[in-house]
Amino acid sequence: MSPVIESIGIDVLFKGNNMMRLLSGLMAALKISMISVVLSIVIGLVLGMLMTLNKPAIKVVSRIYLETVRIMPQMVLLFIVYFGATKAMGLNLSAETASIIVFTFWGSAEMADLVRGALISIPVIQYESSYALGMTGLQTYLYVIIPQTVRRLLPLAINLITRMIKTTSLVMMIGIVEVLKVGQQIIEANRKSSPNAAFGVFATVFLLYFIACWPISLLSRYLEKKAA
Amino acid sequence: MDPILTVEHLHKEFDGYTVLDDVNMTVNPGEVVVIVGPSGCGKSTFLRCLNGLEKIEDGKVLLDGKIINPTGVDIAKDRQKIGMVFQSYDLFPHKTILQNITLAPVKVQGRNKDEAVREAVSLLERVGLSNKKDQYPRQLSGGQKQRVAIVRALIMHPEILLFDEVTAALDPEMVREVLEVVLSLAKEGRTMLIVTHEMAFARAVADRIVFIDGGRIVEEGRPDEFFTDPRTERARRFLDSFEY
Repeated sequence: MSPVIESIGIDVLFKGNNMMRLLSGLMAALKISMISVVLSIVIGLVLGMLMTLNKPAIKVVSRIYLETVRIMPQMVLLFIVYFGATKAMGLNLSAETASIIVFTFWGSAEMADLVRGALISIPVIQYESSYALGMTGLQTYLYVIIPQTVRRLLPLAINLITRMIKTTSLVMMIGIVEVLKVGQQIIEANRKSSPNAAFGVFATVFLLYFIACWPISLLSRYLEKKAA
Repeated sequence: MDPILTVEHLHKEFDGYTVLDDVNMTVNPGEVVVIVGPSGCGKSTFLRCLNGLEKIEDGKVLLDGKIINPTGVDIAKDRQKIGMVFQSYDLFPHKTILQNITLAPVKVQGRNKDEAVREAVSLLERVGLSNKKDQYPRQLSGGQKQRVAIVRALIMHPEILLFDEVTAALDPEMVREVLEVVLSLAKEGRTMLIVTHEMAFARAVADRIVFIDGGRIVEEGRPDEFFTDPRTERARRFLDSFEY
């Protein structure tokens, strides 16, 4: 090993199957975030559309839901669902299931708000001019409203997705061995032989997150330009 | 000859405030009726009641003797027979000019796409915009957008056309190009109901002038009579307000 690699602590990655372990940690995080993202998009779309209906009951409930999600740190939510549900309701949730529930609960709220915002930003005259052409409500949504909404929504939704991926680093707090946790384990295990491992390992973790999120950021910038 | 459009005792309120009060009107085939009146008199609301964009509290609107019901199952079908052009350029921003025009004939009327495109292009040629067919609305001027909006209504082959202050949001130099299109439609015998603030245009295009004030029809008559010698004091005051 060259002295440079040792001094910045990357050497530990080449020991045993450490690099593979880090990657599988990343996969664990990505799996949770991807499942949550897909669920959040579906639930958020439906919820966001409901929120534009102007029904007082829906307004109150969605307001409370949204505020709860905004005020509550995600970590507290994770603890409530994982530890709380097990004790209080006798549910035996796996850490992964608990994480997916929490991330979907959070993502759906944010997604719904984005959908609502995008929908109400479409001027009323767009609805009226398609009605005036003889389109039904469904045709108006399909051909006029939804295409315009999606254009406004895409960059915002993609921003939410990257935030969800990043925030999965919290799930190690309920015992999931994701990429950050693997990193810590590697550092601990090699404390003696590679005292500088912390820098190298965490820098690698940073790089892995970067590789996962950067293409999504690029896509968002591309779509933003296209929609403008 | 049966009238195309009949309005009987139309009454319209917004939050308990009466906007239109006992309005009666018939429009015969080929007739061009121009509605004038001060801002806020209810003339735009009147047009919107005709194709069911507004619900009415009382009275009825009949197209070819059939009642227009804004909440009925036939409303979308009925609206195909009523073309409407709005004040603000209301083209669909995510579609090209050609797509804006062919969307409804293809998706709503189920017409052949090639046939719709051919008709769209020939209508665009007529309004001098065939070179814009693949551009997006944002690339067009206000007057050009408004001419496209007229074409978009025409391609549905409506029995009657409603124009709601189609030049009110335009820069003065663009008003003419739009009014000339409307005038040419009048000359070919289309049935039209036009709301406008352009008095010289109203006089040139109208078979009949309807003057609305305070939600009621105050005066109705031939354009030469109305503009030179209005019968009511209110119409006279309204016309005087256009002179400096």
